[in-house]
Parts: sequence; structure tokens; C-alpha cells
Amino acid sequence: MGVALTRAAQWTAAGFGTGTLELTPLNEAILNDIIKFVETFSVKYSQEAEFVFKEPLEWKTTLEPSEFESGYIVSGTTVQSEENSKDGQPLLLLSGNDIKVSSFGQLSRLLHLAKDKKLKETQACLEANRDPVVKILGAGYGTVEGEDLSTIRFLDKMKKDDDHENIKMKISLLLQQLDMLLLNNSLKHISLEIRLNPSVVKNDVDLLKHFSGKGEQTVLESIDYTSDFEFANGCRAPPWRQMHGEICYLIVKPHDCDSICLTCSTAGVFVNGGIENEAHEIDYERRSEIYKDLVTFLREKSAKFSENMSKQKLSFFGGKKKEKKKLKSITEKEEIPNLPKASLVLQKSPSEKRRMVRKLEPSLKWTSSIIPQQKKESAKESQDEKSILSTTDKPKSVSPSTSAGKTQSSSRRKSSIKIEDLISESSSESEEDEEQPDHRQEGQTDLPSEYWQIQKLVKYLKGGNQTATVIALCSMRDFNLTQETCQLAIRDVGGLEVLINLLDTDDIKCKIGSLKILKEISHNSQIRRTIVDLGGLPIMVKILDSPDKNLKCLAAETIANVANFRRARRTVRQHGGIKKLVELLDYAQSKTEPMHRHCLYETKDVEVARCGALALWSCSKSHANKEAIRKAGGIPLLARLLKSSHENMLIPVVGTLQECASEEHYRAAIKAERIIENLVKNLSSENEVLQEHCAMAIYQCAEDEETRDLVRQHGGLKPLAALLNNTDNKERLAAVTGAIWKCAICKENVTKFREYKAIETLVGLLTDQPEEVLVNVVGALGECCQEQENRVIIRRCGGIQPLVNLLVGTNQALLVNVTKAVGACATEPENMMIIDRLDGVRLLWSLLKNPHPDVKASAAWALCPCIENAKDAGEMVRSFVGGLELVVNLLKSENKEVLASVCAAITNIAKDQENLAVITDHGVVPLLSKLANTNNDKLRQHLAEAISRCCMWGRNRIAFGEHKAVAPLVRYLRSKDTNVHRATAQALYQLSEDANNCITMHENGAVKLLLDMVGSPDEVLQEAAAGCISNIRRLALATEKAKYS
Amino acid sequence: MYTVDRKRLQKLKDSISKSSKHFTSYEIECLIKIFYTFLGETTEKQGSIGIDRNAFRNILHTTFGMTDDMIMDRVFRGFDRDNDGFVSVTEWISGLCIFLRGSLEEKMKYCFEIYDLNGDGFISREEMFHMLKNSLLKQPSEEDPDEGIKDLVDITLKKMDHDHDGKLSFVDYETSVREEALLLEAFGPCLPDSKSHLEFEAQVFKDPHDL
Repeated sequence: MGVALTRAAQWTAAGFGTGTLELTPLNEAILNDIIKFVETFSVKYSQEAEFVFKEPLEWKTTLEPSEFESGYIVSGTTVQSEENSKDGQPLLLLSGNDIKVSSFGQLSRLLHLAKDKKLKETQACLEANRDPVVKILGAGYGTVEGEDLSTIRFLDKMKKDDDHENIKMKISLLLQQLDMLLLNNSLKHISLEIRLNPSVVKNDVDLLKHFSGKGEQTVLESIDYTSDFEFANGCRAPPWRQMHGEICYLIVKPHDCDSICLTCSTAGVFVNGGIENEAHEIDYERRSEIYKDLVTFLREKSAKFSENMSKQKLSFFGGKKKEKKKLKSITEKEEIPNLPKASLVLQKSPSEKRRMVRKLEPSLKWTSSIIPQQKKESAKESQDEKSILSTTDKPKSVSPSTSAGKTQSSSRRKSSIKIEDLISESSSESEEDEEQPDHRQEGQTDLPSEYWQIQKLVKYLKGGNQTATVIALCSMRDFNLTQETCQLAIRDVGGLEVLINLLDTDDIKCKIGSLKILKEISHNSQIRRTIVDLGGLPIMVKILDSPDKNLKCLAAETIANVANFRRARRTVRQHGGIKKLVELLDYAQSKTEPMHRHCLYETKDVEVARCGALALWSCSKSHANKEAIRKAGGIPLLARLLKSSHENMLIPVVGTLQECASEEHYRAAIKAERIIENLVKNLSSENEVLQEHCAMAIYQCAEDEETRDLVRQHGGLKPLAALLNNTDNKERLAAVTGAIWKCAICKENVTKFREYKAIETLVGLLTDQPEEVLVNVVGALGECCQEQENRVIIRRCGGIQPLVNLLVGTNQALLVNVTKAVGACATEPENMMIIDRLDGVRLLWSLLKNPHPDVKASAAWALCPCIENAKDAGEMVRSFVGGLELVVNLLKSENKEVLASVCAAITNIAKDQENLAVITDHGVVPLLSKLANTNNDKLRQHLAEAISRCCMWGRNRIAFGEHKAVAPLVRYLRSKDTNVHRATAQALYQLSEDANNCITMHENGAVKLLLDMVGSPDEVLQEAAAGCISNIRRLALATEKAKYS
Repeated sequence: MYTVDRKRLQKLKDSISKSSKHFTSYEIECLIKIFYTFLGETTEKQGSIGIDRNAFRNILHTTFGMTDDMIMDRVFRGFDRDNDGFVSVTEWISGLCIFLRGSLEEKMKYCFEIYDLNGDGFISREEMFHMLKNSLLKQPSEEDPDEGIKDLVDITLKKMDHDHDGKLSFVDYETSVREEALLLEAFGPCLPDSKSHLEFEAQVFKDPHDL
């Protein structure tokens, strides 16, 4: 009891003399245990119950004398028990509030009397008697910290063989039993309720901070400490508050309620009185219940928090887990020294209890000390085992439904891989989840006969020597390894482990045989994942070093298959695979060494390089790998291989280049290594796949201006144009049209294309093609349309109708290109007639409602030439119901490109007086004025043009002045762009018709800037600037005249 | 010994060079030298005609890393063309010619002869069983320890017996090996593995100028 009371029970801090027991759940539990012990004492141990305490236990009671019943002598405020000790003293004496009890018998009777005050009485008793054992048995039995002499003491006492002493010893033993019980029980409590410490709080706050901020998805709006200063012990509370166990104060703003000021103390988290404004002091008073930690508290307080928490649970706890690992080691270090003299059980507890609580397992299992992550892994393993077992134990048949299900899952896998590639490398968590469906195999189907045969072969692989292994491997290859049943059978009987193990042996034949199988079955995505899980990739990377070329080839080919998903690619890179693969590329160059000439399993050097390129192609789908290939010096090697004439070699080489060309560095290197020339050469190859990849590579590289010229100089445009005529292979067609699109950005290339009649062909491709092709075709036409001659060609070949028809599509990229092309066509009045007849303007107009800003902007740009060139443009525009309002409202967009394009459209719309009146009514003036403060030159130019147009109506000039658009406009004159100057000068000229605007301009120093512009070679600018100055000057003269007259 | 007999050596070399297509005359000289070194090591008797069975097996074991007794015996027989119980210098060179440098055809022929234990032109089921009997780890749990071997023989026949007559003719064997080169040594290693092969050549053919 002594140890439990001093150690486990929670006494209020820093008390002198009689401390008080806090009413915490732990203390309550201890008290209840003591009560139970005392109450049953007299029944269980009647002899010991009569034992008279060395000193009576004294405390202040709340019991009234009236509550004592038979067996007591009640007289006024004093109560005496009828039972007396040997020397005549009553065993229970109550006088006033003070009560003295000197036997267990009396104690238990008292507790019976106290009924519902039991707890209070026990508490008072223990508070008054901090070490009851001493009082009961004498000083010799006191709780001595650190040493336990009780057994020795018992031995001494036994010798005396005294009845009285025997009883004393028995009581002492009983009390020690109770002590142990109390300690154990309190431990359970402690473990259920973690005491917070600074590092835990800090981690929680850091994590929550990570997930806080603006937006719907975050868990909190903000979470901050009240103080930036952190004491060495990790607390932020002032020292005098640390005495009370307080760690720090937080201000938390959840999404759905006001900000809360919190205290984090060792006992838990609660709301305090908040910051008092005048003093910046925190009102430390507790205003809420105590919650066990921050997250629990916030869950309780904010519904939004718990909702978003559950959404972010995965990532949150994923992060938390790692943190916890660290944290655990910290707490272990920290807490053990705090309890140096505590019993062994207690010493163990701090780390244990935290683990248990974190895992949210209420039971007290000392053995379950595996850390969560390990546990997860082991669980996963056992899951794996289970799936293997279930498949081996229960016979299955392959019903069509399961195989269908499998293909479905594998197709889903494919799409998921694509997504994986898009997201950044760092989040491995999601990927692990993707892998889960693998293990969902229902054990209801019968197994095919292949399954048993494969199982037998795997058995021979395991238990055979090299000869038997080779036979088994060769025999296994006779199965249709491209069939999923066989692939999965190999995996399910544990064949993959054996095959991978074989790779680690010395025997070349076994390695070759094993790789030949792995190469085949690694076409299956599940097998790929298992190979990576089993650590197959590092071994294969190591095999790349082998002197045997055949082995190298097979290893590289297998890597090429396996590295089809991100984690695998990363593994290859991390084990130095990229460098080794790049080295393989060098093989084609090096002369064959005579030593290998006689090699039995001869393969050509070219084949080695090909396999290397194949593996690099797979690997190059990851960004970091592209970088690694470049660093390993892969580009010159690829460039050299590109000169080869082996088609099989060229495809992976060009494939790798095409993958990598998405990187800026690569495009520069590709240019430098004169790769374009060879890409162009291979466009004329016979092989469609090769053509496709070459075109694709050109498509990627032709983003660069110089490259576009290079393609032309190397005569690449003609083969590209020629390839347009073959429309059967859609992938190739998409790549070719893409290359043409990018090349057509260059004017000279367009001329060439016209020469090759490519434009006519492109128009022919506007119908019945998949979207990937259409996007590129329309993009190419859009570029071609920049020239008048081509616009005529398109009209003549009937290209306008299909283009306008495409305006109703949904593909964003396609719409952007189509609008651009239609817009370009519309610059030709004759084309415009056709577009108008086809109702193309209405279609364009409705695209302004498209959710994608790119489409909106592109549509608005396209509208400009339409309005400009349409007959009765004003009438046409008015005919669109709600059209003008829609345009004006787009001025509220946040996208600069959209704004610029809409300004341009407004400029054109405003050319019609009636329309100008309508848009003025829709509030175009304030919206335009609001945009005036911008640094974007493109927007400035079109905005100034729009303002200058809109000045032409009513009192718009004055309104612009009132909406403070004039001063920013003057600043536009300081821009470096002449187009901005011209548009601004025109706008200012229009605005200067109003006297107030003139004053604003003058105040903002417009005159000097305009004077410079008068000297510009641009006549329009000259004229506008001069006009504006003359208006300002005239006003000045008029005022002077007024002054003197 | 050979230093004394320089003239004889030269003559021998010339005569062998004519018949051996895979070795250069320098290599032949080296091989002759190594032959006499082996011979000197193993036999005390002067002027013995060649390396005897035990000595040859010893060479196979230490130099080429072979372990299977039966196969080594067969290799000895393969080398010992005239069946006199000794591998003479000529037999040594012509044997190594295939052993180290043989074309696929030569090697197939050589291996097939090794595996055709009774020399009847077929590798029968029994012969296979005999050659494979030590190839599987004996599992004590299995009732018939030979069952695995029998099964392995069946598997092999299924894989290699193209005319389905229950035994492997040379044509069967050749077809299978051309399909899958790994099957060349299907019934046990009878050619040096590439590592000891390279080591042997490096050691024997090393340029005297490098010394």
C-alpha cells in the first residue's frame, strides 16, 4: 500500500504537510481498491482484524455521531466503540470531527456505516495518514524507498515465534499484497491515460500545423503558440505555470467555430480563460473538461475538424507514425530517469504504456511491444501467406468470372500506374494501397492442371541440383508463360522466391534459365510487384555486371519489364542500375574481345545495347531517372546508337529519347548531339513503331525554335507530310500530326508544308479521327492559318465546316486548338461568311461559359476577328441572348489571359454604339477600371484599347475618371512595350476630353511622358499623344483665361 | 622432359596443328607443355603413353571443377578415343579442342556421346535415370525416393523426345538443344563452366613475354 500511495497515487503538486489527493480516475480506482480490501478484511481474516494498531489512524471525518449504530456508545458529539483494546482504550473514538480508529475490524465497520461517504472517508484518512503502514504496524514496517528488507525482517521475527508478532507479520504480508495489487491496477490506469509531455504536444501541434490553412480540405484554419519562446525542457509556459504541469498555450481557429485559447498541460488539454486584451496575459483558469490530447479535444469541439481528419487520416497518421517512432526513443530516454527508484514494473511502463495507448488497445499485454509499423508489415506478410495457403490448400478451377475479374484488376492497375506516375515520387503511401487488391483472391475456384505441374517443377527447382534445376527451368518454359494462370501459379506456389534465389547463385545456366522465365512472366503487373517485393531488382542490377552477355541481356530485359511502375524504377535507380544500364549502351561500340569469341551462349553486342536501351526506356518514365540517365552520360551514347541501322535497337533508343525529351536539359542535349538529324532519317524507316517514336520525339523537341529549323534543314518535313497519308495506325498518326503541329509554329516550315500539300491532307483528317489525333491536326491547322494563303486553302478544301463542328466538343485541349484555328480562319472575310452561316460565332460565344480558363480565353480571342469581320456584327452580337452580360461578367475572372482576351473582345464589341450602350449598362466601366492596376503588359494593352473604345459612349469618360482608372493608365506609359504605349496614348486621348481627367493626368506627370511619345516613329502613337497633350494644354489655357478675365 | 626433346615437340606440334582447327600453333604448344606437366606430376614412370583415368579425373576435378564421378568417367572415355586407358597427347589436344573451343555441333556430338552410356546411339530412359539419380535432394518423407527422379526423367523425355519413341536419339537431342541451349548439358555438367574455362585458358595460354 505504501509504495502505491507514494508512487502511483497522484498527490497535488508541491504540498507541504498534509497533501491532498486529487480526485482523478486513477486515485479513485486506488481508493476503491483499498475500500474493498478493508471492507472484506474482517470477514476474511477475523483474527487479524482484531489486531490493534500501533498508533490509531486519525483524521477529520464528516460522519455524524447519529450515524453510528449498535456497538457504539454515543454521547453528544463523542462516539466510542464498545470494543476496547487490552489497555482499555476504545478501538474507535470520535470526538467532534476528529476520529481515531485502531483496528481493521473497526475500520471495516466504519466503512459499512459510511455507505456513500466511503470514498470521502478513505480519502480523508489517507490524506491525514500519508504512511498508514507505519501507524498500523510500527516504524519498522515503513515504506523504505529503494530497499526491501521485509523478507529479512520476517526471518528475524519468525525466530521470536511470538503470536502477536505473527499476526503483525501476516498483516504486513497482506498489506504488501494489497500494495502490489494497487500498483498493478494503477498501472492499468496510467497506461490508459497518457500524460502529455512537451515533445508529444510539439509533435501534435507541428502535425496539425502541417494540415492547417485556408481551404476546405484542411483540418483547421490555424493553430499557433501564444509564445515563440521555448524553454530548454520544451515547455513554452512561464516557469511558475510549469510548476502546475502546464506545457504551453495554443490559439486554435477551427473552421466552424471561434478561435479557442487552450492550455496543454501534463494532465491533458483544456480551454483556459483566453488572453486578456490589455495585459496580454493569459487567464490560466481552467474553463472546460480535461481532454487526453489535442486531437481528442479538437474532435470534440469541431465537427469540421473530425470530418477532415478522417479524410486526411491516412496521411496524417502516416506522418504521425514516423514521428512516433522518433518520439518513443525520446520518451524512453526522458522518462526513465524520472523514476529511478521505482519498481521494475514501473520502470517498464512509460514506453509500454505509450505504445499501448497509441495502438488504442485497452488490454495490458506486455508482449505486444512490436511497433506499429512492424506490426503492419507482419500483418501484411501473414496476409500474403494466407493467400498462398488458401490457394494451395483449396483446389480451384478457373472459372471465366475470376479470370475476367483478374484482367479487370490488371487493367485498373494499368490506369493506376499512370496516375502514380503523375503524382510526385514522395508519396509512397498511396502506392502501397494500390497494391492491396492483389491479394484478394477468392478460394472458390478449381485449379487448372498447369497449377499442379508447375508446383511440381518448383519443387524440383528447390530440391534439385544444378542439372535437375536446369531441366525443371527448361520444362517450365514450355508452359504458356504469357497466360495469367501460369504466371500466378508460379507466384502462388512460391516459385518467384526460388527463381530470384537462383539469380543469386554462381551457376550461369540456372541464372539464365531463371531470367528467361522471369522475363516472360514479368509482363504481368502483379508478378512485377511481387518481384520487387522479394528484392529481385537489386540482384538483377548486380547481374548487369556479369561478364556473360547473355545474362546481361536477360537481366536488362527483365528490368525493362519490371520497371513498369514507379517504385520499381526508383529501386533500379537506388541500386545504381541506371549507370550500369547506360554502360550497356556502350557495348555496341567496343570491339568483341577474343576471349568471348568462343562463348557458348553467344549473343551479339548489339543485343546487349538493345536490351540496355529497352530497360532505360522503361526507367525513363520517372523524372529522377531521366536525370540519372543524363548524369550517367546516356545522351551521347543514345545519340551514337541512333546512327545504327538495327530497327530493334532504334525503337528503344528513340523511345527513351522521346520519353526524356520532356525535360528541358534533354532537348538542349538532343540539339547539341545532333540527334534530330537521325530522328528525321528514321522517319523514313519501314518500321511503323520506329516512325511513331521518332515523330513523337520530334513533337517533344520541336517546342524549341531552333529544333524546328533543324527538322526542316534535315529534310524532316517531307517525310512527316508523307506519313499523314497513312491513317491506319492511329498512334503513329497522333505522333506525326503532333510533330507537324509543333513544326508549323515556324513560318518557313508552314511554307514547306504547303508545298507538300500537307494542309489539304490535314483538313481531310478533321473527321473520323480519335481525339489525340484531332488535337494535333487542329493545332497544326491553327498554326497554318496564320498565313492568308493557307486560310484560303482551308476554305477551298472545305475545312471550315469540320472545324466549326468541332466547337461542340468537350476535350479541353481540342477546344483550345479549335477556337484558335476558327479564330485564325475568321480573319478572312470570306471564311467569316461561312463561319457565320454555320452559326460558329454562337458556338464560340457559348464556349465563354466553359469551366477551363484556357478555353475561355481562346474562345474570347477567336471572337475578336469574328466580330471584326462579320457583316452586321453589331446585330449579330445583340442576337445572342445574355451574351453581352456574359462577356462583361468575365471581367471578374482572375486569369490574366482570360481578362486580356475579354478586353480585346470588348474592344471589338464596343465598336457598335448600341452594343457599347448595353455593356455600359452592364457596368463595364467600373469593372474595367478595377483592372487598371496591373503589371501584365498584354492585359495593359488590351485594357487600354477597351477603355479607349468605351469612352465613346455617354458619360463613360467621366465615369472612368470617377473610378480612378486614369492615374494607373498614365503609369502604363512607363512600360517598355510600344503596343502598350499606343493603346494607352489612345485611351488617354479619349479620356482627356474630360477636364477632371486632364487634371489627374497632369498631376501624375503624363505630359512629360506623352511629349516623349510624340517623338515616336509610330504615327498612331504620335497622333494620340499629341491629341492628348493638346487637350491638356487647352484646358490649362482655358483656366488661365478664366483666371485673368 | 620436353625441354630436352625440343625437336620432337616441334614435330608433334606440327602434326597436331594440321588436324586441330580451333587452336593456334602457339596454343597447341602450350597445351602440349601442360600435358607433360600433368604427366610428370602424376606418373613416375618415364615415357608412359599418357594420363591414366585417375590422373585425368583429378585434372577434371581440380582444373575444371567437375564433381560427378560418373560424368568424369564418361569424359575420360570421351577423351580416350583409342580406349587404351590413357589419354595421349594427341587425344588430349583433340579432346580439349572440343572441350574448350568446340562449335555447338561438336559439343552436341561430344555431350551426346558422354550421355549415351552404352553407346547404342540413344539415351534411354534407364540411362537418364542413372545420370539423374543424384540430382534431387532426397526427402525422407517420400515413400519412393526414386519417384522424383522417375518424374524428372518423364519431364525430360516430354521436353526432348520429339519422335515420342521413349528414348532420345541424337536428332531429338540436337533439336532440343537448338531450341534451348541450356539443354546441352542436360544430364550433368560435362563441359567446363565458363569461370574455370577462362581461368584455365588464362593460365595455360598466358604470353611468355608477360612473365
